[in-house]
Amino acid sequence: MPVSLTNSRLIYDSLKACNIRLLSALPETWLVHLIRMAEDDPEVALVRLAKEEEGVGISAGAHLAGVKSAMLMQNHGFLASINGIVSLAHLYKIPLVMLISYRGEFGERDPWQTQGGGVTESLLQTLGIPYRFLEHPDHVATRIGKAQALAESALKPVALLLCRDLMWEE
Amino acid sequence: MLRIEALQAIYPRLEQCVVVTIMGAVSAELQSLGHRPNFFYLQHAMGLASSMGLGIALARPELQVVVLDGDGSVLMNLGGLTTLARYQPRNLVHVVFDNESLLSVGGFPTATSTGSDLAGIARASGVPRVASVTDLEPFAVSFAEALAADQLTTIVAKVEARGPAVFLTDLPLLENRFQFQRYLKEAKGTERSER
Repeated sequence: MPVSLTNSRLIYDSLKACNIRLLSALPETWLVHLIRMAEDDPEVALVRLAKEEEGVGISAGAHLAGVKSAMLMQNHGFLASINGIVSLAHLYKIPLVMLISYRGEFGERDPWQTQGGGVTESLLQTLGIPYRFLEHPDHVATRIGKAQALAESALKPVALLLCRDLMWEE
Repeated sequence: MLRIEALQAIYPRLEQCVVVTIMGAVSAELQSLGHRPNFFYLQHAMGLASSMGLGIALARPELQVVVLDGDGSVLMNLGGLTTLARYQPRNLVHVVFDNESLLSVGGFPTATSTGSDLAGIARASGVPRVASVTDLEPFAVSFAEALAADQLTTIVAKVEARGPAVFLTDLPLLENRFQFQRYLKEAKGTERSER
């Protein structure tokens, strides 16, 4: 499976460097290494979800309780989380760091991913969620650090879109 | 049993707990008994009160967390029961007030009115302790036992579909949120051992 182990490690280490100690996740292909790294890490609580929207509640609880967290999801998981994002994270000014695998973009070969890919950015914009791409190893650590800084200072959700060029080795 | 009576019965014990409630009648009735800084009322995001409770319980295992949920909310996040059961935080008591209706929005019946059994679903999800009660005294006993059990417990309490006359309170959402966060920041974590 050509998911980049090297770049997954870079992302994971960058999250750890931000003191993130709780990760909620629902698996998808691009996230497999990240989830396994969390499984093997006694310093991080991995919460496996039935549906991504639960992660909004879990991250909200963790934030109010003083623990930094992040969410790993596919862009369809982001779609499934929107009510929680609006009616919990936005309503109550809760920081969320959402790492969203950006399926359905240029290079996508799975037809079933293409519809979600086409609406991901416009929905982030509509929701007023600041986002950046993670597409090259050089900026992964700084963008994750800056995303978390903004989430914490603005008390709002931010998104990092995990792009094919970073996650997939062909 | 009336939900307000059930809340009155456990109110003194809630002083030592971190409490997350759902919106609507549960929130308004608990506030009518007296707001405390350790109470958070999730006034929207139906279904996510239990997920918030899980997040707090995992982040702060030294604190006793109580989620006051409802049948309509649980039905919106049934998968969340399996996540609770998966992690089984010992410091979480999950109370589900089941009035078999969406009382706050017109009283339309939920699926528990036609036989869906939330206690059975919780049990089958893997929640290690599940109680199902219909009367006040057994409810109070179940709640006290759950606090003492040191094991994730779901209590499904059947209550009448009657609520408060008004749902609005004078506590702004964000005041509640920041006060609650401040409480958690300063909470020492002796609450569980001393309860």
